[in-house]
Amino acid sequence: MNKFTTIATAALASMALSNGASAGTLADVQAKGFLQCGISTGVAGFAFTDDAGDWQGFDPDVCKAVAAAIFGDTSKVKYTTTTGKTRFTTLASGEVDMLARNTTWTFSRDTDLKLDFVGVNYYDGQGFMVPTALGVTSAKELDGASVCIQTGTTTELNLADFFRINGIEYEAVPIETNDEAQTNYKAGRCDVYTTDASGLAATRSTFENPAEHALLPEIISKEPLGPLVRHGDSEWADLVRWTLNAMITAEEFGVTSENVDQMATGTDNPEINRLLGSEGDLGAMIGLDKAWAWRAIKMVGNYGEVFDRNIGASTPIGLERGVNNLWTKGGILYSPPFR
Amino acid sequence: MSQSIDYSSPPPQSSFSIGKLWTDKKSRGVLIQLLAMIAFCSVVLYLAGNVVENFEKLGKPFGFEFLQQESNYDINQHLIEYNSQSSHARAAVVGILNTLLVAVCGIILATILGFILGVLRLSPNWLVNRLAYCYIEFVRNVPVLVHILLIHGILVHSLPKPKQAINVADSFFLTNRGFYMPQPVTEPLFWAVIAAFAIGVVYAFWYRRTAKTKQALTGEQSPIFWVMLGSIIGLPILVFFLSGMPLSWEQPELKGFNFKGGMALKPEFLSLWLALSLYTAAFIAENVRSGIEAVSHGQTEAALALGLPRKRTMNLVVIPQALRVIIPPLTSQYLNITKNSSLAIAIGYMDIVATIGGITLNQSGREMECMIIVLGLYLSFSLTISFFMNWYNRRISLVER
Repeated sequence: MNKFTTIATAALASMALSNGASAGTLADVQAKGFLQCGISTGVAGFAFTDDAGDWQGFDPDVCKAVAAAIFGDTSKVKYTTTTGKTRFTTLASGEVDMLARNTTWTFSRDTDLKLDFVGVNYYDGQGFMVPTALGVTSAKELDGASVCIQTGTTTELNLADFFRINGIEYEAVPIETNDEAQTNYKAGRCDVYTTDASGLAATRSTFENPAEHALLPEIISKEPLGPLVRHGDSEWADLVRWTLNAMITAEEFGVTSENVDQMATGTDNPEINRLLGSEGDLGAMIGLDKAWAWRAIKMVGNYGEVFDRNIGASTPIGLERGVNNLWTKGGILYSPPFR
Repeated sequence: MSQSIDYSSPPPQSSFSIGKLWTDKKSRGVLIQLLAMIAFCSVVLYLAGNVVENFEKLGKPFGFEFLQQESNYDINQHLIEYNSQSSHARAAVVGILNTLLVAVCGIILATILGFILGVLRLSPNWLVNRLAYCYIEFVRNVPVLVHILLIHGILVHSLPKPKQAINVADSFFLTNRGFYMPQPVTEPLFWAVIAAFAIGVVYAFWYRRTAKTKQALTGEQSPIFWVMLGSIIGLPILVFFLSGMPLSWEQPELKGFNFKGGMALKPEFLSLWLALSLYTAAFIAENVRSGIEAVSHGQTEAALALGLPRKRTMNLVVIPQALRVIIPPLTSQYLNITKNSSLAIAIGYMDIVATIGGITLNQSGREMECMIIVLGLYLSFSLTISFFMNWYNRRISLVER
């Protein structure tokens, strides 16, 4: 009889639990007091742990900005590392509230997989890295090569398409994480490592002799990388989307983490005023207070600051802004207006 | 007071009461089982309901239509024709075959190694005995995943790249991309060799049956082993040479980045196969040792006293009895190999978990469906092995007359 009561109690308890957690994601996040954010297992510049063991980088900064907007505290983020393969299940099952891990926005992921991409924080494309000693100058010379590829990614599919279209053969060497790919590439298990060009540049920067490895000129795909949330909670999607937009808009109007305090007191530009809360009440429309964007910019910085700090030309990764520059500066980064 | 009691008649039936259901031993047993069953069913129902509810909440449809769509990804080791335009279902089949390949190869190698190690472990030679002991204790006390990663690491890091391949007789090449060897290519006349093999097998078994009947009738023994060997292996070889060796070899050749042609054992397959076999062999060795030690020495002495030679004592008295002890735990070791092969994912060997349960799952987003398929497949493999081993166990078990 005891056994039965235990089982029955357990069943009832789990029923009660599962029914409780159906309010909006924002309410859930506020209730538990932290943001659970899915990130990658580690790509130099994009997601890495610092000396203190805290996650830093281009992707965690998106999580931090959201946490700053909600809580005013960038430390109220808990990170879950996900591989290319586990990320969507982790998000769909509710284990994390959002994903910020170089994930490509595609049609089927946005629709069929029941995820919602909220924007693009890095416009990327798939490239190839080879040791210069091989003397390869074009991806089309790779007939018969062994290619290290992270499984469960769009790059895996692009790779198959690229080699099929060009009628050349290759051996796919499937790998789970960026670290494993590096190990196998360095050991010579594969001739080529392919992933997003930014990831290749980041990975190469960690090599002992980056000059011994070359990125081939071909960029074989469009890889718009951005944060994403579960489908079905538009309010939460709005919040993450507009936090990202706030960082881009801040750069466009010259709002930085340095001058944001001064600008928050009021400027001649009504859009800055609306963004920082001295005019109107945009925050209430996404379930937050007036100062949400001010906090995100103050604590994390605008898009340009985040880019320069983590992956920009002054860092070892050394990525140029390129298409990731603002639309006003020759790039395609463009935030809808704050109105 | 003076009323006499009639002991011969059954005691008066008491009327039914709820309390009796519990106090009566028999009905209590039924009641408990009933309640346990209801509890079990309600947990299952709850879980199923939970799945349905969550699927509805996510707005995900449930169905297996995605299996017909193009997979769009490549698999480096495929035993059947496969490319990125093939369907997810075909990718699953490729995965199944890869799992079966490594499981069957692993079972064969583990059994052979296990029996050898088990016998060595019983060797009266102190050094041999201790070495086998050390091997077994080391290998079976380290997780198999560590063995897999270790062997993969050794293969990939210590073997040379294709251009510096270790070359054996210009036909065999050892590289960190795999072990390349010539591939046999059959010519038209090769059917004669296959026919000879078939005839040889039929003849061998016919001969064995008649020889056994003859022994039962007259007690005369025939050289069964040598005749069977000769007809099954000798005859096809003879025909092979007589028909002018209708078999050519396709040599692997270094072309560009890699070797082309020939057959290749990839490091992923090699490391998984070796690790699973070496690991499981250590367990099988202990099973074999316990099996042999379970046969009392009196049996051997009795057989020797009857004048049976040592070899026949082993074959007819010790081994049949030892097998009865060895087979049941051996079954679970075979099941372990099959299930442990799913650790392939750690090194990128494309088995079921990596294809249908990995890339297909990820690209199509059908977690539930893919996991059901993977679960069903492993279950059916294991049940098949279990069924076969149980059948074999019954066949060799002691038949009492």
